[in-house]
Amino acid sequence: MRQMMLAGLLVATPLGPILAQSALAQSPAAPSPDVTVLAATCATCHGPGLAGSGAIPSLKGRRSADIATALKAFQSGERPATIMTRLSKGWSEAEIDALAAKLGGAK
Amino acid sequence: MATQRMRVTRRAVIAGLGASLAAPSVVRGQAAARVVVIGGGFGGATAAKYVKQWAPAVQVTLIEPADRFVTCPYSNLVLGGLRKMSAITHSYRKLSRRVQLVHDSAAAIDASARTVRLQGGSTIAYDRLIVSPGIDLRWGAIAGYDEAASEKMPHAWKAGPQTVLLRRQLEAMKDGGVIVISAPDNPFRCPPGPYERACMIAYYLKTAKPKSKLVILDAKDSFSKQGLFQDGWKRFYADIIEWVPVSKGGKVTRVDPAAMTLEDEFGTSHKADVANVIPPQFAAKIARDAGLADQSGWCPVEPLGFESTLVKNIHVIGDACIAAPMPKSGFVANSHGKVAAAAVVALLAGRAPAEATWSNVCYSHVTPDYGISVADDYHIAAGKFAAVPGSGGTSPRDANDAFRKREIEYGDGWYASITTDMFG
Repeated sequence: MRQMMLAGLLVATPLGPILAQSALAQSPAAPSPDVTVLAATCATCHGPGLAGSGAIPSLKGRRSADIATALKAFQSGERPATIMTRLSKGWSEAEIDALAAKLGGAK
Repeated sequence: MATQRMRVTRRAVIAGLGASLAAPSVVRGQAAARVVVIGGGFGGATAAKYVKQWAPAVQVTLIEPADRFVTCPYSNLVLGGLRKMSAITHSYRKLSRRVQLVHDSAAAIDASARTVRLQGGSTIAYDRLIVSPGIDLRWGAIAGYDEAASEKMPHAWKAGPQTVLLRRQLEAMKDGGVIVISAPDNPFRCPPGPYERACMIAYYLKTAKPKSKLVILDAKDSFSKQGLFQDGWKRFYADIIEWVPVSKGGKVTRVDPAAMTLEDEFGTSHKADVANVIPPQFAAKIARDAGLADQSGWCPVEPLGFESTLVKNIHVIGDACIAAPMPKSGFVANSHGKVAAAAVVALLAGRAPAEATWSNVCYSHVTPDYGISVADDYHIAAGKFAAVPGSGGTSPRDANDAFRKREIEYGDGWYASITTDMFG
């Protein structure tokens, strides 16, 4: 069992950096996902203009980097929440970055 | 003051409508694309608003007969005595400043001429039509349950006078009475609704009429958020709520409103002091008449943009469309509205709609301080609607009371936000 895992690791290791590199090389060319609808979904709870609503916090004026960090922390479970842990798990890293870029400018 | 302003607005709308019908393209000197939306609920109001927001040059007309919209979400709180009807009733006044609002019913759709005929007689032309008419109740699907019977045994599954009627019956009932809720099989509007309703009515009974009982006769063996609801019933309403699944005789096949009895498929008769019959449903009449529904009574759509698979240039959203695994919820209809709006805007500009990811969040009240939820992300996979793998789920079974309380507070925040998103 352990031998198999080691074998897997040995095979995977040389490939890992290559795959990561090629993904990195491709990423500037890859179009950012269209998050128009996803961003509009945020307003369903956070309110028009994302100004917050009662206990639901405002996202207005937050920096894109902070929004991306928060969403990734919800996704990993590092930051506890009631709903955002469950919702953020459905979003790819590219979607989170595009969403954060879009919401970061929300007025 | 408010009434006067509304009158002025309505006059302006009517005048605007006249102008647009006479010469939609002459005004601008070029043909503005025309989007017509049927139904001003969670799907339609959202779609109309977002088409206009994302493509201000598009001429958007919303056809909705009602002056005000009463939300099904939070109507169970009215039944529990926690909210007034005014708290769940919303005006179209602000939305009518963004889009042309026509207070009339859509009587017929002519898909080849691309027009909608109104009850009032006039017709409105469209380039793209978004149909969001909600549900109709299948009168007669339960023998004896027709519209007249619903005045005695309310469904309260379209919020409004029916909600008020059921609340009055609960208030008039003696302590020690029996309430029966008949819940339908899937698919139906608001899957957790009957069970939240049981909680809210039981909450009222516990505080005002503690000797009373509530029986849910269910036409299925499992339901939305079941574990969470049953945990809540055990903790708060063990002496009040009894749930009877279909396998134990839960399916109501006949009612007798005069005798106030409900008969299950095994022939057992249940006597009720208050009967809330939630019958089977299908897409509202206008959608079925227009050939948008298949033999199931619901409307099949292309996942990318919700265009009907049966009739071109018509998009069907909200409860009326077949969009499993998404539930027929207000949040989902609002999401459909946004997805369809983005697709329509793209199509009118000659572009293919972009694939999107969207969500559903649905809160239910167990008590005024104890809330539960289900959340999911959705997208298109292999050409079909699908939940995004690994996303979503229900609130944890082992969450503490502070978590449950926060879900109540977030539910309240959501309600304020979504209604402003639609109507603000």
